[in-house]
Amino acid sequence: MAAEAPTDAVAPAPPAADGALAGLRWALARDLKLAFRSRAELGVQLLFYVIVVTLFPLATTPERNLLSTMGPGVLWVAALLASLLSLPRLFATDHADGTLEQIALSSYPLEALVSGKIAAHWLTTGLPVVLLAPLLGLQYYMDGESLAILAMGLLIGTPILSLLGAIGAALTLGLKSGGGLLALLILPLYVPVLIFGAGAVDAVRAGLGATANLSLLGAGLALALVGAPFAAAAAVRIALD
Amino acid sequence: MALNWFKLSSPASFYPVAGAMIPWFAWGAAILAAIGLWLGFGIAPSDFQQGEVYRIIFIHVPSAWMSMFLYVVMAVWGALLLGFGTRLSGMMAQAIAPTGALMTFVALWTGALWGRPTWGTYWAWDARMTSELILLFLYLGLIALRQAIGDPRRADRACAVLSIVGVVNIPIIYFSVQWWNTLHQGASVKLTGSSMETTMLAGMLVMSFAFWFYSIAVVLARLRVIILERERDATWVGALAEVRAAGQGAAR
Repeated sequence: MAAEAPTDAVAPAPPAADGALAGLRWALARDLKLAFRSRAELGVQLLFYVIVVTLFPLATTPERNLLSTMGPGVLWVAALLASLLSLPRLFATDHADGTLEQIALSSYPLEALVSGKIAAHWLTTGLPVVLLAPLLGLQYYMDGESLAILAMGLLIGTPILSLLGAIGAALTLGLKSGGGLLALLILPLYVPVLIFGAGAVDAVRAGLGATANLSLLGAGLALALVGAPFAAAAAVRIALD
Repeated sequence: MALNWFKLSSPASFYPVAGAMIPWFAWGAAILAAIGLWLGFGIAPSDFQQGEVYRIIFIHVPSAWMSMFLYVVMAVWGALLLGFGTRLSGMMAQAIAPTGALMTFVALWTGALWGRPTWGTYWAWDARMTSELILLFLYLGLIALRQAIGDPRRADRACAVLSIVGVVNIPIIYFSVQWWNTLHQGASVKLTGSSMETTMLAGMLVMSFAFWFYSIAVVLARLRVIILERERDATWVGALAEVRAAGQGAAR
């Protein structure tokens, strides 16, 4: 991170009318700029997603029916793992060089700053996964309707992954056993997202319609949007204490 | 009687209270378990569908109830810690986690042993079992997070946040048999009445109280150890008779 201009590392003097939205926007713009400057890192994470998805047909059989049945589940599991892999980036680099403390000291509400960071995390890691999924789904012989539902489920579900993941990332800040521990803490919380997301595609294939599963995902997103920034901000404060 | 509850929230004043409570709950658990097992194995008739196998219910259902209940209690202690900053709340949550994990494990294990003769399988990927398994992972995650954080004050608060987030899982477990068509049977005991024979129900309820009392006794015993460990530099700990005796024993 030495290449970055030092201005990025310091929160600007808050404007007179500082509010939650301004803080969110500032954190979002900053993290997007940082992510854009380390494009290679983002590319690596996306490649990880592609490779995990590619492994399953090689490990089992490239049989058409089997793959189209497994497809949604595999793509969702890979999305979970890709999200997990990218989580340490959310706070850890800022924590390591002391930026996070400066951010927490700024007069913007920490919840808003954390929300902005989460939004940037989803835009740089979740959204590419959503866009790539239909293409990878073709490799699994999924039909058009299944692909559309898969993409829609991922579109609703991956923000939940970023929101919940932020809590885990903040709780494990600076701990030695970070990576494995983060998986143990966060994957159980990801499970409902996985079940409803992959279940939506299965329901369509069974002729039941995906409304129920997608609505539950939407409800989960609403709950996570309201609760997770507060929990993550509380976890950041605990880690900085 | 006007009790000052906040006085009890200090480790120094709760330590002897917990010590006085433990024998009552331990003996209560032993007596209730004896009565419950006698009701369950001696009095309750065999089930017309499941024969004798159903008797595992007297362990399975109480442990499953306690696994969920203890998690909620732990999260409430976590919320109290974050709200009031009372140190004892964090210690209480720490003391509950292993017992909760044990109850979850017992519920899963007895469920598997019950499932084999009745469903023909130890395990099914059904909503209730899967969510109970997730509960076990949540407990283990909490224990692991606490182990990974050296500073007990930070560990208390981090675990409190995590346990409150994980509470979402409890209604999912509880209502899973109503929300999904699961292999696991629906609830036999409801507030409006029960579909069970009276002696079976009595045995199960008595066993539930036995598990409850056992959990309280064990949690309080563990809490006392945690208090001693964390407050070891406090003067009141040095003044305790058992600590002085142990100190003299070690010096000799």
